[in-house]
Amino acid sequence: MTEMQESGASAANNELIAFRLGEQEFCVDIMSVRDIRGWTPTTPLPHSSHYVKGVINLRGAVLPVVDLAARLGFPAAEPSARHVIIITQVGRQTIGLLVDAVSDILTVNSSSIQPTPNVASELARSFMKGVIAMEGRMISLIALDSVLTQNQAGPGLLN
Amino acid sequence: MDTMAAIKQTFFQECEEQLAELEDGLLTIEREEGDLETINAVFRAVHSIKGGAGAFGLDDLVRFAHTFETTLDGMRSGKIEISPQIVRLMLRSADILADLVRVSRDGGSVDEVRVAQMTDELNKACGISAGPAEPVSAEPAPAPAAGDPDEFGFVVTPVSFDFADETPAEPQTDEFGFAPVAIDFDAILAEDAERIEGFEIRFRPKPELYAKANDALRLLRELGRMGEMSVTCDHSDLPLIDAIDPEGAYFSWTIQIRTECPEAEIREIFEFVELDCDLEIRPMLAGLITAADDADQVVQEVLAQVEAAVDPVAEAPVQPVPDLAPAPVSLTRAQPAEEVPAAAPVMQAPTNAPAAASTPAPSATIRVDLDRVDRLIDLVGELVINQSMLAQRVMEAGIARLSDVAVGLDDLEHLTREIQDSVMAIRAQPVRPIFQRMSRVVREVADMTGKSVRLITEGENCEVDKTVIERLADPLTHMIRNAIDHGIEKPEERLAKGKPEQGVVRMVAAHRSGRVVIEVSDDGSGINRARVREIAVRKNIIAEDAQLTDAEIDDLIFAPGFSTASTVSDVSGRGVGMDVVRRSIQALGGRITISSRPGQGTTFTLSLPLTLAVLDGMVVTVADQTLVVPLSTIVETLQPKESDVHSLGEKSRVIAIRGSFTPLIDVGAVLGYRETEADPMQSVAVMVETENQSQCALMVDGIIGQQQVVIKSLETNYGHVFGVAAATILGDGRVAVILDVDSIVAGSRTETARIDTNRKRSAA
Repeated sequence: MTEMQESGASAANNELIAFRLGEQEFCVDIMSVRDIRGWTPTTPLPHSSHYVKGVINLRGAVLPVVDLAARLGFPAAEPSARHVIIITQVGRQTIGLLVDAVSDILTVNSSSIQPTPNVASELARSFMKGVIAMEGRMISLIALDSVLTQNQAGPGLLN
Repeated sequence: MDTMAAIKQTFFQECEEQLAELEDGLLTIEREEGDLETINAVFRAVHSIKGGAGAFGLDDLVRFAHTFETTLDGMRSGKIEISPQIVRLMLRSADILADLVRVSRDGGSVDEVRVAQMTDELNKACGISAGPAEPVSAEPAPAPAAGDPDEFGFVVTPVSFDFADETPAEPQTDEFGFAPVAIDFDAILAEDAERIEGFEIRFRPKPELYAKANDALRLLRELGRMGEMSVTCDHSDLPLIDAIDPEGAYFSWTIQIRTECPEAEIREIFEFVELDCDLEIRPMLAGLITAADDADQVVQEVLAQVEAAVDPVAEAPVQPVPDLAPAPVSLTRAQPAEEVPAAAPVMQAPTNAPAAASTPAPSATIRVDLDRVDRLIDLVGELVINQSMLAQRVMEAGIARLSDVAVGLDDLEHLTREIQDSVMAIRAQPVRPIFQRMSRVVREVADMTGKSVRLITEGENCEVDKTVIERLADPLTHMIRNAIDHGIEKPEERLAKGKPEQGVVRMVAAHRSGRVVIEVSDDGSGINRARVREIAVRKNIIAEDAQLTDAEIDDLIFAPGFSTASTVSDVSGRGVGMDVVRRSIQALGGRITISSRPGQGTTFTLSLPLTLAVLDGMVVTVADQTLVVPLSTIVETLQPKESDVHSLGEKSRVIAIRGSFTPLIDVGAVLGYRETEADPMQSVAVMVETENQSQCALMVDGIIGQQQVVIKSLETNYGHVFGVAAATILGDGRVAVILDVDSIVAGSRTETARIDTNRKRSAA
C-alpha cells in the first residue's frame, strides 16, 4: 500500500479524496480508502490515547477509529451523525479516520503537490506529505503511513 | 513450494493416516476383535508407508517398514501365531515407525539403538514362530528390491502374459525396476485342446495402410461380426516418443476368433488392405478359444499365478542373493518369480493390486487448507451478527409485526444458526487420534516403570475443535504419565492389596452441556494426602497450621513447583508438574478438577470448550461500557454487603467471603473508564480465579447475562491493549472487549499493596 502511494505520487495523475477538519481541507490517496461511512458510536479502549475514539465493527472486523483532528493537534471532534469515518488501509492494518465531512474527489498532477510550508505546526507537518493548491483552496495531503507508523510505535497509540 | 515438496507433504499426511489405521488395527487385534481383514489393513498401512518412503529415498524408514512388514506378512499368512506378546511387539514397532516418519518429516534423530533392537526382535519373531521345519531366513531381505517404487510412490510390477510362442527372455527388471512375472497359459489352457475351430490372425499394418485412409479399428470391428474374438495389441515396436514417426505404423494385433466362417471370408475382410499389411491366418485348435468362455476361471487362475509370483517379489529381493541359502520367504512361493521365464510385458499389474483389491471403499473426504475453513468460520460469524442486527433493526422499525417479515426473519435465523453449526463442525475432529497417542504413552511409561497397565478409552468419536485437540496432547500425556508413575502401584504391591496385577487407566470423553469433558482416571493408590501436605509445608506452599479439606489438599498438586515423587524419575519428574497441566488447560478456556479416593485411584476431569472461535462469556456493564468476562475464569458472583467490605491501606479494599479475605478490584478504575472507584454496595462482585489460582473479586456495575461470543482479534488492526484479551461483536453490532482477567488482577496489584490473605497462601 505504501508502495502504491509512492508510485501514485510519482505518476502523472493522482486521485485523492478530500475532506474537512474544521476550516481546513485535507486529502488522502483514493487507493488506500476502503469505505466511507457515517459516524457510529465506538467502543472505547482502556488506556488509549485521546485521539483513539475506540473500535467499531466493520463487517465483522474490529478496527480502531482515530480522531484525525485530535491526532493533528486540533481540538478533538465532538462526533455527531454528520461526521464521517473514512476507512483506510495501510499495510496490513485497516483503520477508520474520523473527519468532519468528505468534500471532493480530486485529480491532481503530482507536479502540483508542493512541499509542506514551514509555518505549520511540527505535529501537523509530520503527518503531511505536501500541500495542493486548487481553485484558491489549500489542501494538505495526509501521509497515512506516517500516521500509522506512529500509531504502531505504541507509545503514540497506547498512552 | 515446489512440486516434490508438495508431494512429500502429501505423503506425510497420508503417513499420519496410515499410522493411525495401523495402530487402530493393532489395538483391535489386541482386543481380539480383529479378523484377517484387520491384519490385511495393518499390513497395507505399513506397506504404503514403505512404498512412499522408498520414493523419497527415506532409507531408514524403508528398512524398518520392510522388517515390520515381513513380520506382519508372517501374521497374515498364519506363519506367526498371533499372541499378546506379538501384538505388543507390533504396537511398539508401530511407535518406532511413527518416530521414523516424524524424524523423516521434521528432522532430528531417532534412537538408533531402539530401532536396531526392535528390528532384531521383529526378525526373531519371524524366525522363532515359523518353526524349525521350514527354512526361514533369520536375516530380512536387505533391501526392498522389487518394491522399488517409481517416482509416484507406486510399487509396480509388470506381469507378462506368455502366449507360448514368444521368445523367452531372462527375468530382468526394466528401467522402472519392474520384474516381469511370467504366466504359464499353456498350463491353464492345455486342458481340453481339440474341439471347435477358429482362427488366430496376426495382423500387422504397414504405414501405407493408414496412408490410404484405412483404419485398423474398422477392420477389427468388421471381424468381430463374424464371431467371438479376443484381440491383443502388441505395442512393443512403439519407439520412444521423440522417435515416433507420426505417419508410421507400430502396432500389430493378434486376434483369436471363434467362428464357423471359412478362412476365405476372413481374408475377404482384409481384401482391400492385403498389400499394405502382414497378415497371417491360422486355423486354431479349440482349447485356446474355449478358454475365452471360461474367461473368469482363466482370469482367476492367472491372478492366482500373478499373486503367487508377485507376493514374494514384494517382500523378497528380486535378484536372488546367492549366498543367502534359504529364501527369505517360503521357497515355493518365491519360485515363480525366479524360474519362469518372462516375455515382453503386455500388461502391467501393480504389486499392491492383490492388497488393494480388498481395500474398503474410501470414505469421501477432502483435504482443505485450514485457513480456508477459518475464513469461512469468520464469514459465518459475521453473517450471524448481521442477521441479529437485521432482526433488531426490523423490530425497531416496527415492521416485525407483519407476519411475513417475522416468519422470514425466523427462517433466516434458523438458517444462519444451522450454517454456523455446520461450519463449526468442519473444524471439529474426533478425539480418537489423541487417544491413540495416549495408548503409546501408556505402553512406554508402563515399560519404563516396570508396571503392567492397560488403557481403556471411551468416547473416541467425541468431536472437538482441531486446535483444542492439538493443544490437549501435552497435558494429557502428562496426566497419563503421572497416573502410571505415581498412581498405579507396582504389580506385586497391587497383588498384595488384592487388586488385579494389571493397572487400568481410563480415558473417557463425552459431550456435556456444550462442552467436552475428558476424564482420566486410574485405579491406583490415590493421592497420599499426608505426604502431599507434608511436602506442601516443606516447600512453603501452605502454612504449617493451615486447616485444609481433603479437596484442598488434593488441589495442592496443581501448585507450582509441587512434585510428590521422592526421586526425579525419568517419566514424570521433569520439573514441570500439574501446575503446567492446569495452566495449559486454562489457556484453552477449560478447567481441570481432581478427585481421589485413597486406595481406589484418582480421577482428573477436564472440561473444555468445543471450539476456540467462540467463548462462553458473562456480559457485564462497567461505567456505561459493555464488557465480556470469560466464563471459565468465573467462580461465582455475589452482591457485596457493607459489613463484608473492608478497607486495607489507603485505597485497597478486600471483601470477606466465607471467612477469607479476597481483594476487591474495580474493573472500571483499572481500565481507566472512571477516575473514582465505584461504590461496592452499588456493584456486583464477580469472583474470578487467576492463572496462579489466587482468587479476586472484580467489581462491575451490573450483569447483563451469559452469552456465547465470537472472538475477534484486536491485534490485527490495532495492537495489544492492557487488560483486554480480545474483542467481540454483540448482537447490536457494537464491539465489546473481552477482559483479560489475569492482567487486570496483575494490573491492580501494581497500584494497590499486595494483600496477603490466609486464603491466598493456602490456595497458591
